[in-house]
Amino acid sequence: MSDGAPVEITVNGSTVAARPGELLIDACERTGTYIPRFCHHPRMEPVGMCRMCLVEVDTGRGPALQPSCMLTCSPGMQVDTESERTRSAQDGVLELLLVNHPLDCPVCDKGGECPLQDQTMTFGPGESRYVEEKRHFVKPIPVNTNVLLDRERCVLCDRCTRFADQVAGDRLIHFLERGSRTQVNTFPGEPFSSYFSGNTVQICPVGALTAVPFRFKARPWDLEEVESTSVLDSVGSRISVQSSRGRVLRFMGLDSDAVNWGWLSDRERFVFEAYDHPDRLTGPLLSGGAAGGQDPKGSTQVSATWADALGATAEALSGTDPDRIAVLGGSRLTNESQYAWAKLAKGILGTDNVDAQLGDGLPVEVLLGLPRATIDEACTPGGTIVLLGPDPKEELGSLYLRLRHAVVHDGATLIELTPHATGLTGIATHSIRVLPGEAAGVVRSMFQGGTGDVAAAGAVISSGGPVTVLWGRTSLAETDGLVVDAAMALLEHVPDVGFLSLLRRGNVHGALDMGMSPGFLPGRTTLEASGDKFENVWSCLPGETGLGCVAALEAAAAGDIDVLVLLGADILADLPDHDLARRALEQAGTVVAVDLFVTSTVECADIVLAAAAPTEVDGSFTNLEGRISVVARGSSPPGTSRPDWMIAVELAERLGTDLGFTSLDGIWSELASVSAVHADLSLNLIRASGTEGLLAKGQMPLAMPPVTEVPDATESTLRLVVTRSMFDNGVLNAHSNALAGLAPGAGIRVEPSDLDRLGLEDGSTVEISGPRGEHIAEVVASTQVMAGTAHVLFNQDGLDAGRLIDASMPVIDVRLVKAR
Amino acid sequence: MGYFSDTNQSLALEIIGRYPRPKSAVIPLLHLAQEQEGWVTREAMLQIADLTGVTPAEVLGTGSFYEMFKFHPVGRYMVNVCTNISCQLLGGEELLDHVESTLGAGAGDTTEDGMFTVEDVECVAACTEGPCFTVNYRYFHRATPGVFDEVVADLREGRSPIQRGAAGDSGDMPEHGRLGRVRQEIPAGRRAGVVPPEQAGEQPVWLSSTAEVDTSG
Ligand code: SF4
Ligand code: FES
Ligand code: FES
Repeated sequence: MSDGAPVEITVNGSTVAARPGELLIDACERTGTYIPRFCHHPRMEPVGMCRMCLVEVDTGRGPALQPSCMLTCSPGMQVDTESERTRSAQDGVLELLLVNHPLDCPVCDKGGECPLQDQTMTFGPGESRYVEEKRHFVKPIPVNTNVLLDRERCVLCDRCTRFADQVAGDRLIHFLERGSRTQVNTFPGEPFSSYFSGNTVQICPVGALTAVPFRFKARPWDLEEVESTSVLDSVGSRISVQSSRGRVLRFMGLDSDAVNWGWLSDRERFVFEAYDHPDRLTGPLLSGGAAGGQDPKGSTQVSATWADALGATAEALSGTDPDRIAVLGGSRLTNESQYAWAKLAKGILGTDNVDAQLGDGLPVEVLLGLPRATIDEACTPGGTIVLLGPDPKEELGSLYLRLRHAVVHDGATLIELTPHATGLTGIATHSIRVLPGEAAGVVRSMFQGGTGDVAAAGAVISSGGPVTVLWGRTSLAETDGLVVDAAMALLEHVPDVGFLSLLRRGNVHGALDMGMSPGFLPGRTTLEASGDKFENVWSCLPGETGLGCVAALEAAAAGDIDVLVLLGADILADLPDHDLARRALEQAGTVVAVDLFVTSTVECADIVLAAAAPTEVDGSFTNLEGRISVVARGSSPPGTSRPDWMIAVELAERLGTDLGFTSLDGIWSELASVSAVHADLSLNLIRASGTEGLLAKGQMPLAMPPVTEVPDATESTLRLVVTRSMFDNGVLNAHSNALAGLAPGAGIRVEPSDLDRLGLEDGSTVEISGPRGEHIAEVVASTQVMAGTAHVLFNQDGLDAGRLIDASMPVIDVRLVKAR
Repeated sequence: MGYFSDTNQSLALEIIGRYPRPKSAVIPLLHLAQEQEGWVTREAMLQIADLTGVTPAEVLGTGSFYEMFKFHPVGRYMVNVCTNISCQLLGGEELLDHVESTLGAGAGDTTEDGMFTVEDVECVAACTEGPCFTVNYRYFHRATPGVFDEVVADLREGRSPIQRGAAGDSGDMPEHGRLGRVRQEIPAGRRAGVVPPEQAGEQPVWLSSTAEVDTSG
């Protein structure tokens, strides 16, 4: 919507102020006159496909029927949405739309929330004159594993196909044939394999597209719905959690103007199935040893009461030197649970070995010290976006859709500094391949001494428009210092640059704000700067800055950690360095896991505390912008599993102390009193903020981080690049029927010229040798990766990328030889 | 690996080069594919998608809109009998009956020897000459069952029936898929409009609604 004077039009006799450039259908809706529609969708270009929105419009040439979704308001327009002629047009359009419609509402999932049904009742003929045989199609056909298409029900509104084209950019469904045979379909044998396919189900105005996970599960009128936030990744897409008879049955995207515009990735949409999985932990477990059984080394875990499990945990913790305790993970938790655990760890146990990031994150002092941008700022029309991080399409799906829109439809310029092609490469103005370790150098050469694309990219960045850097780990096989150096170089050369962090894991930004990092306290502040503020509220404070995740695990591996608490941290799968995770779990004293499932990591725990899932708790979430929004429960936790903050409260009690709160509001009033960032906020204000949430503002002073040294790349080795893909073997993915099986599997991808140089063939088996020994994998030639690199997807079947990574090295060089 | 024959592959590249965007060549390439095999195969569509940078779904979506692209095998000769109003009044239906019974293939079917596909079509814009039918889109006017039988006999015996058709027609009867007798050729130096619109310097007059068009000359 552009600025400028409002446009006055007359709707049904009253004067209405439309915005300049506003479509008539939108102006009417905004001012209280609903015009029926099927094809119009406010987040996509109008097409005028269905004609349901015909209204009588007089622009000086006499009244005529016009599609209001294709008409921009112009001054003096006289609109009649209720005239005889409008009514008869609506009636006629509906009658035609229903000519071939099967009228199978009683067995249709959409019945009860179907615009076709509703609008037929409101505006339609009420009775059919059509007695002839209708056109038939095979019902329903899968367009992919999660979405079914019933072509008989389709009204050819072009919403799903426009979504695939304009929003997702996956033009895999299309109108085929013509006349009464016109249908939406895929190319035979090429499914609609889009990460965003579920959105088409949400926007289909009839029951033509249905989602397998929801099919025949409930009637819309039996659903209860709460407004919540997707905690699956750090975008924090706003969702409606819909449940029936105590079970969550679907997530729908809510249109948050600042965040996800109603869209969700399929991972965000279908993950709810995992929370309802029978494998969920329903109560605490104790291993043979911790249960005090005969077999102290026994690894079998048996169910236990909360009293026993909490008692065992408290016993392990009390009297233990705080330096020998570590609390890792916590991104799954709500802000409130994070505060409770941060306080328990730092303010009661006195340990600062607390880290919510699992060795794949960014240094907190830099992240919180850089000027932060919002998604809207990054997507400013005509602005410049610099991608210096992971592929948003793979890691932060709904952010990808916003970025794509900004570039494709709003004239933003995208510059990509990545070691491989990303989902955005096709629309990037400058897509620059950067060898791990050389990002900072490339950034500097953009502004000085560079040539070609690099110099051109520098010129775009320096041209004066708004610039936002999306920054994160471009590869899990390189240390965070490298991307920090590059970010610092951008900060130095670009005045007013904003940064948006691409840390992907759930509520990781909430965890950072709650002080779940070594040396930090809640409120984006440090022990050093604000310790005194906490003295009266917390019973103790750590003496000095503790260990981060990798250092704490190294300490554990060296036998220096007596109690290792893992808050939803599946380190065996999630920590980039799998060898370190394994050694740490073996050598740590007591391992306490607070989790939803018995993951491979949880299997190694002595004490397992069952936590409630994100659909089962109330609270709030902080997204990558620092935006806080509501998390609401749609069902009850299974068995005796409970919210993480309650576990912390009970544990404090077992330790003979008191966390000082017993409710979410209690947590907030304490948080507001200690955290400058949260001082003016409360859960009520966040609830009242509706779909948009509230931005928590506050930037720390930036300390210049040390520069990371990188060894030179050599001819005979390839530099390892490890990235995540949308679907992997993560525990939630594996426990969601809809998502399990979508993980692509891992091979090692190498640029064809490198294959030639190394004398290897596409598809051949190679031996990879690096700092973590030898591994066998299939090598795949790919032009998507950069020469001089070897690319592997993380946490997939096949090659286990985590076994190639040594977290102590800045970059990893591997040698590839033909396997014998 | 590609679908197109060597000649057609280079022709395909040339055709793509005529347009500012490769996507614009989808329909011409569908014709080329149909010419190569008589119908548009799955492999052809995959290859066209690859060459023009669109998805196979878009190729099929575009092509299947048009009746004359065939996505299943058809006979060497496509017999279209018009039964629309003018032709019908003059015996089009009876002609279709005759065609179906002589060839032993109903409308939409192909004879077992793969020679003929019969189609019942709407007006082919020769209403003054009804009833009419076409074979591979070459017209036969004021047709009688007898004319049709002669056409079939000619084709079965390898003769061209074309002179029995519309006045002045002569030459061979092309196989199904062949577009024309003369292949369009545009020498590189004479191509126009291959600059993508967003890169074109000056806006052509006809694109601007306000520009003064000089009509004096
Ligand atoms: S399937 Fe649904 S969204 Fe797609 S065109 Fe048909 S009615 Fe519209
Ligand atoms: S909503 Fe306007 S034509 Fe469909
Ligand atoms: S009706 Fe047969 S050609 Fe027009």
